[in-house]
Amino acid sequence: MKNKDEKIGGRMSRVDAVLKVTGGATYFAEYEVPNLTYGVLVPSTITRGRIKNIDTKKAESAPGVLVVLTHVNAPKVPAYEAKEPSKTSSGRGPGMMAFHNDEIHFNGQPIAMVVADTFERATYAASLVKAEYQEQKHQTDLKANLAKGNVPKTNKSLQDYQRGEKDAYKTAPVNLEEEYVLPSEVHNPMELHGILAQWDGPDKLTVYAKTQGVKMTQQVIAETFKLPKENVQVHSQFVGGAFGMSLRVWPHEIATILAAKKVNRPVKLVITRNEMFTIAGYRPHTHQKIGIGATKDGKIVGISHWANVQNSNYEEFTEATVAMTKFMYQIPNVNTTYRVVPLDICSPIPMRGPGEATGAFALESAIDELSYALDVDPIELRIMNYPEKDPERDLPWSSNYVREAYKMGADKIGWSNRSNQPKAKMEDGMWVGYGMATGTFGAHRRPATARACLNANGTLLVQSAASDIGPGTGTAMVQIAADVMGIPANRIKFELGESNLPDAPIQGGSATVASVGSAVHEACIELRQKLVELSGNALKNAKVDTLVYEDGKINSPKDRSASITYAEVLKRNNLPKLEVTKESKLSEDQQKKFAMYSFSVHFVKVHVHPTTGVVKVKHAVALADAGTIVNHKTASSQMMGGAVGGIGMALTEEAVIDHRFGRYVNNNFADYHVPVNADVPEVDVLFVDKKDPYTTPMGSKGLGEIAIIGMAPAIANAVYNATGKRIRELPITPDKLI
Amino acid sequence: MKTSKKKVENEARRDFLKQSSVLSALVLSPGKAVQDPKWDEKVAAPFEKVALKLEVNGVKHNLSVEPRTTLLDLLREQLHLTGTKKGCDFGQCGACTVHSDGQRVNSCLTLAVTEDGKKITTIEGISKGDDLHPMQEAFIKHDGFQCGYCTPGQIMSGIACIREGHADTEDEIREYMSGNICRCGAYPNIVDAIMEVKKGGQTV
Repeated sequence: MKNKDEKIGGRMSRVDAVLKVTGGATYFAEYEVPNLTYGVLVPSTITRGRIKNIDTKKAESAPGVLVVLTHVNAPKVPAYEAKEPSKTSSGRGPGMMAFHNDEIHFNGQPIAMVVADTFERATYAASLVKAEYQEQKHQTDLKANLAKGNVPKTNKSLQDYQRGEKDAYKTAPVNLEEEYVLPSEVHNPMELHGILAQWDGPDKLTVYAKTQGVKMTQQVIAETFKLPKENVQVHSQFVGGAFGMSLRVWPHEIATILAAKKVNRPVKLVITRNEMFTIAGYRPHTHQKIGIGATKDGKIVGISHWANVQNSNYEEFTEATVAMTKFMYQIPNVNTTYRVVPLDICSPIPMRGPGEATGAFALESAIDELSYALDVDPIELRIMNYPEKDPERDLPWSSNYVREAYKMGADKIGWSNRSNQPKAKMEDGMWVGYGMATGTFGAHRRPATARACLNANGTLLVQSAASDIGPGTGTAMVQIAADVMGIPANRIKFELGESNLPDAPIQGGSATVASVGSAVHEACIELRQKLVELSGNALKNAKVDTLVYEDGKINSPKDRSASITYAEVLKRNNLPKLEVTKESKLSEDQQKKFAMYSFSVHFVKVHVHPTTGVVKVKHAVALADAGTIVNHKTASSQMMGGAVGGIGMALTEEAVIDHRFGRYVNNNFADYHVPVNADVPEVDVLFVDKKDPYTTPMGSKGLGEIAIIGMAPAIANAVYNATGKRIRELPITPDKLI
Repeated sequence: MKTSKKKVENEARRDFLKQSSVLSALVLSPGKAVQDPKWDEKVAAPFEKVALKLEVNGVKHNLSVEPRTTLLDLLREQLHLTGTKKGCDFGQCGACTVHSDGQRVNSCLTLAVTEDGKKITTIEGISKGDDLHPMQEAFIKHDGFQCGYCTPGQIMSGIACIREGHADTEDEIREYMSGNICRCGAYPNIVDAIMEVKKGGQTV
């Protein structure tokens, strides 16, 4: 294979690029299904209580309306009737039972779905549904309910943790104790959520979904409706972003399936942008406190980390907010406390860098604060407290090049221009500040299966039920297959996003390349071995470990005449195709031997307007220690995108609830500000790009989460460097700086 | 249950017809025809729908649409041109950007009937067969997207940005492309792509 970009480590363009730039990529709402009908949801206007009466008559008699589905007339859901937990065995079920009873758990909770023959008619008719409620007092304010926090029951790793002495920071020569607040943020992928559901018979169902796991969606639906798994077909080949919000089946998806049953026609639901805030999860509002203490020469002796996390009142959600504190630095005395605070609001769901991005804001701000208290460069402070091993589990790192990343980033951003005194520099009439922070996330790998099928003409089909919410899953898989098999990328096809393909895990926790990529790698290695076994005497007894696989051929470098094409192997053996299905997973032994994490470092230079307090990120450098980078082009985009997400987290994003009504007041793009083009500067992406010997056969570690983790504190730290003002409550809006 | 519901539907339809002064004479003289719901729909259609002539990507369409139908929903749900995306339906995200007589518009904020006689270009209409538009090529080269959902809108806006003369500097592109949100955060790559097309000097 001549094209280096097609090998692992190359810069190949996306395999689905042409479809995406021509409008040819088909997302869930775009499948042409005959006899299609449209669903529109009606939201609850109260926050807690019961529906006394729901008047659907006017809506039912509006033109084109087929049904108005409510808890009164919804078809029974087998799992709900059996009083089984609505979360289902995977824990990824809807959590709340759609249209099952009259209870209202949060404002905006769907109380009805109008189904009509056109979208316009359904939308109008939805406005005619009126409900009377029995209202109860609600609680949506985290700050007012901090005392009500519960110890999490569902996640042992988040129960109280202590290593060494408790609250040892208090007696350290230099110490500080501060609170850090993160508002609720909303994933807001550009594609609206929803589902298209069609019953193909009384016990057969087809859905087109916006999901981060077709197998997950299939399993949840099958369990909910008590159908054999294979009777539920899930299609999700293109997903217009998700960032975590499609890691479960939401109640409105079940509602749509019920509606399709009721009208006996396919129903499509595309929720509104407003509803993306109210019924489809968010990053939870979190109050944290950090106490940290060090010796005068900068050895950290103790850290305590408390987190109080916004939750719904009908299930428990947890994320690893306090995890990074336990291992990122060599600290002998550590204790962490995590509490869930139930409120009358929809459940949160993991959002890019779940937990860690929130925790890193507190931890990495505190480390920066400590560096000023000690009058030491914050990078030096981090290096001084670098852990040679994982201090939490006392295990060696599978790889940890964070110190190299610090140096690379410092050089790129021009760290030497930074003053250790805040408010020391001006440029173009603006205060100038430099900041940096570290991020980390577990280098996860889950069991996955891939099928590799070599066709008679030498083309290769690789399949796995993986998802692609945007990072470029198919591209990475084609590259891995091309690299192993020595087949040009344009002769390889990777199929994903279909529930009838071999098992793949959800696309979450930055684990797709590690999991599915390893399966593709191993399947191709086995396919190669099979080809060698079937090659007869063509290779003239060349040693197997000396063989080279290139241009669709097996070659022996020692003997030019010892060579055979894959197509010829199949032909000689009368095989129309040759197929390998391979399950791949990391051995438990390996997992117990090493602490496996990816690391990121973010550097930023900011300008702050001295009068208006407007913060502008002028330059960002995003670095990743994520092992071998499979595709530099797509990986760069992923890091860049994380940095952009971090800019929003730091400077603009905040979902605001008016607690008098328990309702969001800014649930749209005009009032909830995600970064736009003008908010984003030049972003340089750098990779350490050193193979991790233990995680995957490619040497890769995950990338998606670390791309955002640490960016927000890097900006907060730069703002302090520029202005001398430490903002501990995000977002850093101008009013907080003037 | 089913029959009574049908009855309600018919009554509502007749209420609508009664409100229409043009039809009042017809409705006030009850006949079998008006009691037939199918006929009812047929009578109502010309009053609920408006004739619309539209050229989309060079193809002429004679349509009949409800006045409340947006250009976006017309393209996606009726003409099955799903390249144009719905991201917010409020004119806040730019995913639905198309060209109307060469100008970029948010098709979600454009009622289809206001476009009578106009030429609409969508993402499906800018390449010539397999030859991609230079902006499409540049987006691929610079990886100006990840999930791809905002991409058609970004490309249509990017082309307009150059046509408008708003692509002379990177900062100008950032400003004039700020009506198109990309949640995957491909902005720097989008700027690079537009800058390259602008510098290439081809007519877009």
